[in-house]
Amino acid sequence: MGEQLATADILQKYGTGAARAETPAQPWLESLRTGARERAAAAGLPTPKQESWKYTNLRPLEKLAFGPRSQDQIGIDRLPNLLPQGQSARRLVFVNGQFRADLSTRAALPEGVRAGSLANALAEDGAGLKDLLGRIANGDGEDQAMLDLNTAFVSDGLFLHVAVGVRIDLPIEVIYLGTAPREPQAFHPRCLIAMEENSSAIVVEHHAGIGGGAYFANHGCEARIGERAELRHYKVQAEADDAIHMANVHVEVGAGGVYDSFALTRGARLSRNEVRVRLEAPGAECHLNGVYMLRGDQHCDNTTAIEHLAPETSSREVFKGVLDDRARGVFQGKIVVHPKAQKSDGHQLSKALLLSDSAEMDAKPELEIYADDVKCSHGATAGDMDPDALFYLRARGIPEATARHMLIEAFLSDTINSLAAKGLCPALMSSVGHWLSDAATGDAP
Amino acid sequence: MLEIKNLHATVGGKGILNGLDLTIGAGEVHAIMGPNGSGKSTLSYVLSGREGYEVTEGEVAYQGRNLLEMEPEERAGAGVFLAFQYPVEIPGVPNTTFLREAVNAVRKYKGAPTLDPMAFLKVLRAKIKELQVPDDLLKRAVNVGFSGGEKKRNEILQMALLDPSLAILDETDSGLDIDALKTVADGVNAMRAPDRSVLVITHYQRLLDYIVPDRVHVLAHGRIVRSGGKELALELEKTGYAGFTGEAA
Repeated sequence: MGEQLATADILQKYGTGAARAETPAQPWLESLRTGARERAAAAGLPTPKQESWKYTNLRPLEKLAFGPRSQDQIGIDRLPNLLPQGQSARRLVFVNGQFRADLSTRAALPEGVRAGSLANALAEDGAGLKDLLGRIANGDGEDQAMLDLNTAFVSDGLFLHVAVGVRIDLPIEVIYLGTAPREPQAFHPRCLIAMEENSSAIVVEHHAGIGGGAYFANHGCEARIGERAELRHYKVQAEADDAIHMANVHVEVGAGGVYDSFALTRGARLSRNEVRVRLEAPGAECHLNGVYMLRGDQHCDNTTAIEHLAPETSSREVFKGVLDDRARGVFQGKIVVHPKAQKSDGHQLSKALLLSDSAEMDAKPELEIYADDVKCSHGATAGDMDPDALFYLRARGIPEATARHMLIEAFLSDTINSLAAKGLCPALMSSVGHWLSDAATGDAP
Repeated sequence: MLEIKNLHATVGGKGILNGLDLTIGAGEVHAIMGPNGSGKSTLSYVLSGREGYEVTEGEVAYQGRNLLEMEPEERAGAGVFLAFQYPVEIPGVPNTTFLREAVNAVRKYKGAPTLDPMAFLKVLRAKIKELQVPDDLLKRAVNVGFSGGEKKRNEILQMALLDPSLAILDETDSGLDIDALKTVADGVNAMRAPDRSVLVITHYQRLLDYIVPDRVHVLAHGRIVRSGGKELALELEKTGYAGFTGEAA
């Protein structure tokens, strides 16, 4: 456990924003925040002494002193492009955690789809959200201080509700921008997703920094996937070089439902994607995949915990990373198969390509199996680039630098190209290309 | 074209080539035959610049240039091509992309304009027809899931596309059935030209029925121990290598 802080100190240290002023006073919301605040204060920041934080040290976060809310002027021309124009159903933009209607699009959505700002939803229909917000991401379970910290400041973020039987093909694009022109900034966006029976949607998150500066983006997300519903939840994290990015994602999947997630990480000095999924009813499925590309002193931690709670549930995980310089990658993958979850299967794979002798990869698979008729597997590898492949390419005239890039792209491409939403593969591959070309220009963070 | 003088090379500190001399003129096809462990593959890797093969003595001049000072990609750019004994599988890199990158890299070295994807496809289609390479091999990742014969055809396809001045074929016949062997040999024979030399490295005489060499050399203990015309290959087929390796026949 970290150093305990008085609740008032937590507010002061991590709460630049006047979060509470933005949403109308609602006793249930206030008590949700207070409870989380007290838990966060009692726990303090996680430290490597806690098992689930063994490889990730939050000292850089402790050292930051956050200033009052300040923002760069951001015009629509400064938005980063991930999806080409017209390729999203709606684009929602948040700057330092606050919804910016002026930068977002307002295209009509199919009937039964609500996609917008959580703050607006709370203002319009607070009572309607009372039973959703904080129900799945509730701070129970081990080492949830970062989620509690998020809940303590809950005010805005993505709110998505898809009604029974509604299927929306184009992605909902969510751009989270961080900017800290003067003093470091802290913000705690909260995403709330409810997918009703037989519904489907794609959410694409793009996290980016504008104008540099240090900021702390502490995301919380909770999603309920109803019976036979599908959520494809994809993310590109290209935060500013000095940013710290935390994401705590909690998901419940109902019978025959699918939670399909993918996280590409190339930004931030320190980041962690923590995804916790409960497969609650027969036939529930999840795919938690990701790639990361790190250099300099970057650190990225992908931590997942999957609970198979019912029969015939399945999970698939593939994380692949490329680590250069002194970068460090962490993969912690926990799979728990409960006694009732017979005929379930869980497969997990972590692979890292180390481009430098000083790069480091820590992989920790944890399988806890309490049912006897299950199929589970895990694997973790970390190694250098294949010298035979490199020589083969060079022997055909391909310069060494180009050959290395080809092999890095090849290493990551099968994970990216296995995305269910094929239309997004080119955008993700071009994100890999950006990372590689940053190396060519020596633009290391 | 190629002049090797007193070449000594070690692998992992162990001497494999021990004073090898070989001269190949322009337009000539030479064969090097030798038993396992005689240094055949080491010679091909030293000539193509693979890491871990250390030249301790001697020199190699290629078209008058010091070949040993050049990076592997420069050698390829200058027209040296090695058909690998064991072509490497590269998951995730589509064969067509690989071939295009290679062709354009070599074109750059030669000062020729690079080909855009459409122009390249045209060239590629013509070559695969000529060499009877199945279409399907272009769509798959480089050598991944290819049969032994398909891998060797892919090597010959690369050779034809890169248009080298010196082609080194390292045990290209291993793992080939007779039909594949003929296709591969036809591919090589089609490329015979006054300004191109070929070095065929092989354990067996069989390939030399189809690619008929101008000169045959016997390699043993890292040196050429005998040279002769194409009939030497036939003699070897009858007597085996024992007479050349210094061991009792």
